[in-house]
Amino acid sequence: MEFLGTLQQLFGPTWPAVWTIAKIVAIVAPLMLAVAYLTLWERKVIGWIQVRLGPNRVGPKGLLQPIADGLKLLLKEIIVPTGASKFLFVLAPVMAIMPALAAWAVVPFSPELVLSNIDASLLYILAITSMGVYGVIIAGWASNSKYAFLGAMRSAAQIVSYEIAMGFALVGVLMAAQSLNLGDIVQGQAGSYGLLNWFWIPLFPLFLTYLISGVAETNRAPFDVAEGESEIVAGFHVEYSGIAFAVFFLAEYANMILISTLCSIMFLGGWLSPFPQSIPVLGAPSVGWLLLKLFLVVSSFLWFRATFPRYRYDQIMRLGWKVFIPVTLVWIVVLGIWMQTPLWVWW
Amino acid sequence: MTFQAFIFYSFSAILLFAAVAVITARNPVHAALFLVLAFFTSAGIWIQLQAEFLAIALVLVYVGAVMVLFLFVVMMLDINLARLRAGFWNYLPAGAVVAVLLVFEMGFIVSRGYFGLEGSPAPGPLPSGYSNTKELGRLLYTDYVYPFEIAAVILLVAIVAAIALTLRRRKNSKYIDPATQINVRRQDRVRVVSMPSETSDDAPAVRKEA
Repeated sequence: MEFLGTLQQLFGPTWPAVWTIAKIVAIVAPLMLAVAYLTLWERKVIGWIQVRLGPNRVGPKGLLQPIADGLKLLLKEIIVPTGASKFLFVLAPVMAIMPALAAWAVVPFSPELVLSNIDASLLYILAITSMGVYGVIIAGWASNSKYAFLGAMRSAAQIVSYEIAMGFALVGVLMAAQSLNLGDIVQGQAGSYGLLNWFWIPLFPLFLTYLISGVAETNRAPFDVAEGESEIVAGFHVEYSGIAFAVFFLAEYANMILISTLCSIMFLGGWLSPFPQSIPVLGAPSVGWLLLKLFLVVSSFLWFRATFPRYRYDQIMRLGWKVFIPVTLVWIVVLGIWMQTPLWVWW
Repeated sequence: MTFQAFIFYSFSAILLFAAVAVITARNPVHAALFLVLAFFTSAGIWIQLQAEFLAIALVLVYVGAVMVLFLFVVMMLDINLARLRAGFWNYLPAGAVVAVLLVFEMGFIVSRGYFGLEGSPAPGPLPSGYSNTKELGRLLYTDYVYPFEIAAVILLVAIVAAIALTLRRRKNSKYIDPATQINVRRQDRVRVVSMPSETSDDAPAVRKEA
């Protein structure tokens, strides 16, 4: 703390800005590292599921593979197609990764460990993540290519549809927690019964809807028609190469981590322990629990990818509009009535 | 100049630039994207007015949903710029009259009465437990509950009307009922036939026929 005091004197009036930037770096740097190693973990997990070894050549046990991949993509040329809108072509990857990183500003890791503890953090998350679709649309349009454009159209329609179901699922969380603040939402799940106090039990239909919509929202298999390599090559990012492509790739994985974190915070008790608080050590809340939950949810994304065949486009739309939205609407009404009765035991 | 003032002026400059670019951009997609920028910057200015709920709602509704659908349509249209430009001088007088009228009305409202600088002073510091969202919700569902409900019903009618106007059922639509799809069994689709294997004695005979 003495060290911080000296630094504070050194920077004078610019200290708040410097300190905030330091905190942002402290969140984004581990996040990017996690994103890089998530790609390795995905290849490993899918390898094991398919009875292969996965990458194991670069570095000890293949641990340097993501670094090698990143370096390779950095050194490659970015080819801008003829007739492409150059500025938008370069802007698109930035627009794709911006929401995935900006949303972390309000994600609480523990009661004190949060960059910006604002009251409307749930709304902020909804607003920021809803901008992710621009990266895809702009990329598809600016590439001046049929395949990219078709992929962008598919993806935009899909993301907009599933966002509605996701939004309604969050309305349920907001009702149960009586707060828009993510920290308060986690605190609302605290109790003497451990994991039975979390919102995944009273909000079970919403939890499933949120998880599956999250997979669709990030354009992951089995909802990856936006990429659909058998029909439209690679969808919206078919014309991208080098680091511009890598940024799209990073955005997808950063979004996966973000959705998993939000899922853990809103339905799985965030940093709270799954064991009753009366048990010493194991029952204590800590950041480790949040990371563990996040890891399990992210791994389930990879598991889905290795297990399910790709949905047909009309089936995706049907699932979103005719199954999830009615389910969430009905459950919000059920929840509203339930909360008025003595049977509601989650406070 | 305080930091807040600096932010206000830079956001206002971006907002004005974006708004002018919306109507001057040659490409309709660029115009739509400038409109997105305009919405986003005005949300930033609203945040400075401590109206964080409205600012976030602006981003969520207009940037996140309305403009996405707008872009969607604009990108798919094949807009002929030359033909759009053709009627410019014919429409100019009528347009100019409307523009002058609008500017006059805006000036009238902003300069005096409720909306002038005296009418809406800068928001003071709020009490610590104050929640913008809660206050807005309370007003909407108590004092203004009837206007709110009426607006909701009008929107619903508009949605139904828009669908009714554009929905055309195709006679030759190949719609499949998902329930019957799921109920399909292997026996309905595949027939396993047992064929006796050919021996080498049969093979030359076949070749001769060919």
